[in-house]
Amino acid sequence: MTTTAEAAQAAGSGAGALSALLLLSDGRFPAGGHAHSGGAEAAVADGRIRDAAGLADFCRGRLHTTGLVAAALAAATTAGLDPLVLDDAADARTPSLALRTVSRRLGRQLMRAARATWPGADLDALAAARPRGAHQPVVLGVTARAAGLRPLDAAHAAAYESAAGPATAAVRLLSLDPFHAAAVLARLAPQIDTTARAAAEAAGRALTHGPTALPAASAPLLDIGAEHHAAWPVRLFAS
Amino acid sequence: MHRDHPEVFPERYAHSSAAVGPDGRRRALRIGLGGPVGSGKTATVAALCRSLRDRLAIGVVTNDIYTREDAEFLLRNAVLPPERIVGVETGACPHTAIRDDISANLEAVEDLEEAVGPLDLVLVESGGDNLTATFSKGLVDAQIFVIDVAGGDDIPRKGGPGVTTADLLVVNKTDLAPHVGADLDRMARDAAAQRGALPVVFTSVARGDGIAPVAAWIGERLAAWTA
Ligand SMILES: Nc1nc2c(ncn2[C@@H]2O[C@H](COP(=O)(O)OP(=O)(O)O)[C@@H](O)[C@H]2O)c(=O)[nH]1
Ligand SMILES: [Mg+2]
Repeated sequence: MTTTAEAAQAAGSGAGALSALLLLSDGRFPAGGHAHSGGAEAAVADGRIRDAAGLADFCRGRLHTTGLVAAALAAATTAGLDPLVLDDAADARTPSLALRTVSRRLGRQLMRAARATWPGADLDALAAARPRGAHQPVVLGVTARAAGLRPLDAAHAAAYESAAGPATAAVRLLSLDPFHAAAVLARLAPQIDTTARAAAEAAGRALTHGPTALPAASAPLLDIGAEHHAAWPVRLFAS
Repeated sequence: MHRDHPEVFPERYAHSSAAVGPDGRRRALRIGLGGPVGSGKTATVAALCRSLRDRLAIGVVTNDIYTREDAEFLLRNAVLPPERIVGVETGACPHTAIRDDISANLEAVEDLEEAVGPLDLVLVESGGDNLTATFSKGLVDAQIFVIDVAGGDDIPRKGGPGVTTADLLVVNKTDLAPHVGADLDRMARDAAAQRGALPVVFTSVARGDGIAPVAAWIGERLAAWTA
């Protein structure tokens, strides 16, 4: 358990860092996430999410696989590794074409919000190098840096979003009780923190050993579900 | 030429939203069309394209609740070449995509201008929502709110941000008024009371040249935009 003081210390070092982290992690931050279900729509259609318990299982699985990878990529970017090298590393860790496309689209949308919110040369440089969008975790990492946050903060934002995205979508897809969905995330909080820490440590190793030191966990069902979902003629969410 | 400094007006740091781009060219005028489901937004877009496409280079962005229905209607009816129509997915929340988080729509507009531009006019159709859904000023330059007489002739009286603040209120399907017992005079009085000097037009966009008053209004906006 972290105390409030520890949490405040965890978020960056500069004034306003904790609030910047809250702003960046808020589902209302206008970076395009609201139109994506993080695989929940496909899982609901397959009957893998029917209720709060199914949602908890789904979120836990996503957190420990693609959530961990996204958190490590984000943390490594914030730590100062070359964003373009990490962009390639994200490609290599995202076997589904549909998910690579989504990740770059969300990266581009986050880039727009980030440049308006925390303008800076690093964001401009990445936007110029990847005008169609860098991978979302990489943009998140550069954004966190621009907001005065540390690698662990970027990892927290990515890990939290990996579970919060599907939870919000499940409320809309299943008319799930929103209190139950919030409780699912609250129960996951310790694992989200652990995942973020593991990701930040991997990012630290990557500073010396390069991006191969970053985790490459995958979730085949998420990949397969995303490929199917992308071909549906009628759907509520973009992914 | 006036260009906002990003640190003074960070909210306008969405580069291409500046009226004049880095190449010195004025971007297309962006008009949003909102209003309840079924009021005739897509029919209005289709009729506008037919009426204006010989004079203007037009692009259309649709925001379907379910993917691509509206885009496909416009494609089937061949109101524009297919590359000028794009659909945005809204994650079950059409008002979010036009107001609270406009990033996907901005991208669609910019991609259109980049791919088939330069354009004179981009029409952004909302997925259809309730009476409170309005477009962000960061996304469109002006907005049209489309209601219809069959949805109840008390809608202008009820007001709401769409009816009250839209730059143009379109009351559509006047041809149905006798069949549904809608009192058009009452609708006009109520709309005027809600909107003051803001314009209201009564149309039957699916009939003949029913789109003419809306097309004329767009013509005025374009003249002001390019002046
Ligand atoms: N009678 C009549 N029907 C119309 C008119 N305009 C549209 N419609 C019909 O109303 C239905 C819904 O129109 P649509 O444009 O798809 O509505 P949207 O949901 O607001 O985009 C369609 O069946 C149209 O053909 C009109 O002026 N008169
Ligand atoms: Mg429509």
